[in-house]
Amino acid sequence: MSYRLGVDVGGTFTDLLLIDESSGETYRAKVPSTPEDSSIGVLNGIEKVCGDANVNPGEITHVMHGTTVATNTILEGKGARVGLVTTEGHRQVLQIARSFVPGILAGWIIWPKPEPLAPLEATIEAIERRDARGGLVKALEEDDLRVKLEGLKKRGIQALTVSLMNAYANGETESRIREIAEEIMPDVPVSISSEVLPEMYEYERAITTVANSYVAPVVREYLANLANEMKKRKVDAHLHILRSDGGLSSVEASRNSPVNVLMSGPAGGVAGALWIAKQSGFEDLLTLDMGGTSTDVALIQGGVPRKRRETTIGDITVRASSLDVRTVGAGGGSIAHVPELTKALRVGPESAGANPGPASYGRGGDRPTVTDANVVLGYLPPQLIGGEMQLDVAAARTAVQTIADGLGLDLMTAAAGMIDIVNENIFGALRLVSVQQGFDPRDFALIAFGGAGPLHANALGKLMGAWPVIIPPSPGVLCAYGDATTRVTDEASRSVVRQFSEITQESVGEILKELEERAHTELDAEGVPRTEQSVIYEVDLRYHGQGLQLPVTFSSEEFEKEGLDFLRRKFDDMHTQLFTFALDAEHEIVTLRAVVQGAETFVAAGKLPEGGEDPSEAVVATAQVYMDNREQEAKIYDRSKLKSGNRIVGPAIVTEMDSTTLILSDHAGDVDQFGTIVIRPISA
Amino acid sequence: MPAKIIQPNSVPFKKVDIDPITLDIIESALRSARYEMDAVLYRTAMSPGIREQHDEFPMIASPNGKMVVGQFGSFIHGFNRDYDGTIEEGDLFLTSDPYSCAGAISHAPDWLVMRPVFLDGRLIAYAAMFGHMTDVGGKVPGSLPTDAAQIYEEGVVIPIIKIYKDDVLQDDVLKVILHQCRKPQWNHSDFNALVAAVRLAEKRLLELCGRFGVDTVQSAMDELLERNRRAMLHLIQTTIGKDERVYFEDYVDDDGKGMGPYTLACTMWREGDDLLVFDFEGTDPQSDSSINMLLNEEMFKMFVGVYLINIFDPQIMFNDGFYDHVDVRIPPGTILKPLKPAALSSRTHMLARIFDVLGGLLGQRNPDYMVAAGFSDSPHFMYSGYDKEGEWYQLYQIGFGGIPGRPVGDGPDGHSLWPSFTNVPNEFLEAYFPLRIDIYESIADSGGPGLHRGGNGITIGYRALEPGEMSLHDDRWLTYPWGVVGGLPGRRSRKEIVRVDGSTEILQPKCDHVKVDAGDLLLFHTWGGGGWGDPFERDPALVALEVDRGLVTMEGAKRYGVVLNDDLTVDEDATTALRDKMRSERSEVKLIDRGGEIEELRARCKEETGLEPPQKPVFREHIIKALRERDARARRAGAAAE
Repeated sequence: MSYRLGVDVGGTFTDLLLIDESSGETYRAKVPSTPEDSSIGVLNGIEKVCGDANVNPGEITHVMHGTTVATNTILEGKGARVGLVTTEGHRQVLQIARSFVPGILAGWIIWPKPEPLAPLEATIEAIERRDARGGLVKALEEDDLRVKLEGLKKRGIQALTVSLMNAYANGETESRIREIAEEIMPDVPVSISSEVLPEMYEYERAITTVANSYVAPVVREYLANLANEMKKRKVDAHLHILRSDGGLSSVEASRNSPVNVLMSGPAGGVAGALWIAKQSGFEDLLTLDMGGTSTDVALIQGGVPRKRRETTIGDITVRASSLDVRTVGAGGGSIAHVPELTKALRVGPESAGANPGPASYGRGGDRPTVTDANVVLGYLPPQLIGGEMQLDVAAARTAVQTIADGLGLDLMTAAAGMIDIVNENIFGALRLVSVQQGFDPRDFALIAFGGAGPLHANALGKLMGAWPVIIPPSPGVLCAYGDATTRVTDEASRSVVRQFSEITQESVGEILKELEERAHTELDAEGVPRTEQSVIYEVDLRYHGQGLQLPVTFSSEEFEKEGLDFLRRKFDDMHTQLFTFALDAEHEIVTLRAVVQGAETFVAAGKLPEGGEDPSEAVVATAQVYMDNREQEAKIYDRSKLKSGNRIVGPAIVTEMDSTTLILSDHAGDVDQFGTIVIRPISA
Repeated sequence: MPAKIIQPNSVPFKKVDIDPITLDIIESALRSARYEMDAVLYRTAMSPGIREQHDEFPMIASPNGKMVVGQFGSFIHGFNRDYDGTIEEGDLFLTSDPYSCAGAISHAPDWLVMRPVFLDGRLIAYAAMFGHMTDVGGKVPGSLPTDAAQIYEEGVVIPIIKIYKDDVLQDDVLKVILHQCRKPQWNHSDFNALVAAVRLAEKRLLELCGRFGVDTVQSAMDELLERNRRAMLHLIQTTIGKDERVYFEDYVDDDGKGMGPYTLACTMWREGDDLLVFDFEGTDPQSDSSINMLLNEEMFKMFVGVYLINIFDPQIMFNDGFYDHVDVRIPPGTILKPLKPAALSSRTHMLARIFDVLGGLLGQRNPDYMVAAGFSDSPHFMYSGYDKEGEWYQLYQIGFGGIPGRPVGDGPDGHSLWPSFTNVPNEFLEAYFPLRIDIYESIADSGGPGLHRGGNGITIGYRALEPGEMSLHDDRWLTYPWGVVGGLPGRRSRKEIVRVDGSTEILQPKCDHVKVDAGDLLLFHTWGGGGWGDPFERDPALVALEVDRGLVTMEGAKRYGVVLNDDLTVDEDATTALRDKMRSERSEVKLIDRGGEIEELRARCKEETGLEPPQKPVFREHIIKALRERDARARRAGAAAE
């Protein structure tokens, strides 16, 4: 027997999903997370799930793991002290950055000055130079460099980045500097820009490589702990880490390029949402993951999540491929306020976080949050089924009343207003991934998860005209589903900035073949047989002279048949879709990529027993809710008692251990055979 | 004759009561539309100034011409007043003539595209956007001749025309325009991008009307304007003293023809309860060179409002609503209101200096606004010629200096004072132009010392790899970026060229046709921001850290009264002693420290800058008078015809 295991480490719980590879049968477990060293929680979970399923841990062949360890390192500022080597004359590449000051005119008056991720006092210059095509202008002065590296060593740096001018075109000098650095400080991990990101633009390459160095020691320690624990507990499996772009990478690759796992957590959510929606027959999706402080949204078309060539964490944007997940500072903990001057209602981005949390949590918070508005409106029942916590309704009302007073409105209208505003902010993020990319949200279903997602999803579906709204079962285990069902993927890429007149179908084809072979080799090492590996190509294109790049995806058959003309035509179509026009200008290749994937995992989704349309057996209580400008009665359902075929007519509240779903009036939710609730407007 | 708006549907919009929530939602949707316009333009434009640096500005205005979202205020009022034609459904306007649109754009390289948005035969909004083209022809590459005397020397000047009629592109007209430009392909693409952006705004506006109803959207726009009006009125009443006159002047150092400095003078006061007046009486007459700035009064109101409100509700979507409460008086024939056909191309110095004037006016009475100077400029660098393949290359690049010291803290080094702007990546320059960037770093000690240090200016070392020509545009080389409330001035700008034979020349701050050979190195030093607050109050450990970082030198630390040991730790005793000594020698803590009066700066000019001081400006009073007569006559004739 062989098993594969998906593991998602959240702030509170670690979720696990064990899959029997031959039958597709699944087993779940949930154990408390161990934030001081997450690997312990993971292994506790493995023991539990194996125990429950009566499986020997030695039978697990693959462990697929999404982790937020890299993200948290940046968000909490707990990364390594990074030393940086630049080309002579460019020491301040991070200090000056792109010279950008956010905000409107005069925004500079209030913008706080940021500190670079690698401190300037730990940045040194190498005397060396290459030109834009990688040619040597000035050879490296090694003696000078050695003296400067000794200086960095004395400063006690914990990681080193080398990012030289034009190294995207030729990385030999960077490699040489790494050799020298490893002689001088053998324990300090070195990241070089020509490996981490062989792309043009010195600031973006430097910050990406520095971010890599910054998280490297923490990620490496975590992976080492995990490997040790696995060995200790006799789990002899391939460990794969979910990358930001939704692919899986080996432990070795994650050690070397941890910058690629910065968005590993959200990627697991998107993958899980996709897998579950597919069971219910939906492949065009907007995903909505709403938590306490922020909401992540993404777009999936034809079962393929959109990708983006950058990743943003906190104030830092790096050039690393990730699923195009946009984050907006709007969550259950977002605080509302009414500025004295303008009397506008503002919700977020400030958040009450977990401590003190919303007023209704009764932990000393008194500022009105979105959660409090949900409590006031009756959408969040004060006693959650299976929840340990009793919500303080009076405290919520007192807090929201301050908003009502500020606006001169009654309590309920103010609470409803807070919900409308926060939904509008999330709608803004959903627009970024949909309309702004040329997609009509009405062509997509909306799938919601995260603690607060199912509460707001119906309203957002209504706002966008995105139907149906899909609420998966057990949203907590969703990410683990994503981790477990992700295909092993690797890619190889090369920056080749050339106009079409400078290249031929043959010259491009040769590079693609070479990249493909490189990617195959990576998957071979992951234990994926060649027969299960499939290839697609990707090329970033633009009109010569433009700043943008659009990725065009194609197969080797398409390329063999039509060659460059195919790329030209597809790019023109995309450009027209996005911007309403195409140009009669020369096309230019920026980057070529070969993506190789392993086979899909077979998983049988668990099914609910059949029931009729009538869900009344699952009703546990009724509640007064304020909806559509009036008080209404809503039924409260226990989700675990619902059966396949049940139809829940709004207004209704469906509760389960880690989330609450709100179904609005004039809408109904159908429970399908997998336990997913599919909400649609009734009249239409 | 004012423009005639053709609306087949004469039903007026119905005033609808709007709850504050719906209002906030419409506000947010309009803001999203604005940022979408930016995104489309950045991604599809070709001029590096737009695609990499974001030299462009979008706007959405209500049917009565008020900007509801944007940055530089609405020009629709002036446009409608001066455009002698109809505004109809299917029109899309293009102009680059500042004199035809009351200075909505202020020089000819800015191409402005404007789309009236109609729904069911009624005008519901205007969407507009302008972007700075790399080249629009004329006597020098980049089309900003430092020595032009008339606008006719500054390239193709497009009057207000309908480049689309009935949604049909006027091909031949566009062809004529593009034919005047040195990089027509870039202009063409940038033009398409501007059109795509305003069409996108139109689409969003129509969707918004579909979602909420046209009456609701119209009433919401009115209410958003009203919300701003109320907020601004409150600020005017609480922050500006009644009938208390505040005066400030600042300078543009020279005009590119050897004369200067030119004075910008402004007096501010509150008249009655609800009118804030800015009177530019005392500003120098228009120049005979191209540094004139046709300052749109409405645009200046926007600057005022943004300065005032940004501190209190930065999330607000700023608009024109408060315009009736601000009166801007600029005497015609001055350097801020030059008369046609005065040259305008190099107006960037005036535009930027206006912000220093504004900061000086508002800050004298309000510590919240008191920031040091440094909004001196957006210095330009241009480089053009033929490469080995005979291809014409041409670069227009905007540089940055130090952000001034501020109440909230130090000014960032080498950052942009303009919103949205970014630098051009040096690897981009090296990949697409025959250039190598040998130096790109901030200049130690160039930020003015203070409790909060002014940001450092930048040195860019441009190494030419092919023979070509360069143009430079910078200022604040003679007058200093001033410091405030005890802070010292920042360092001035400087341009020098190190020839391949090793010789060095100091270059004029504004010049064209600087011939370079392969191997020549241009050192482009920008100014630092002024300091804020008493430098002797700055934490000595922070000064030491900045020395370690190379942002301040050991010598520079002494201007903070800080003495360091060789290992860069603070010598506490020596620091206390030095600070005591310097405090006792200091006559007073100055509110504004300009680093010397103009005459002193002039006297020290040659010695300190290596350049001869500029001559006192001579003005062509007789021509200005005649042009003023001409315009007054035209206005009278216009009034009579109505």
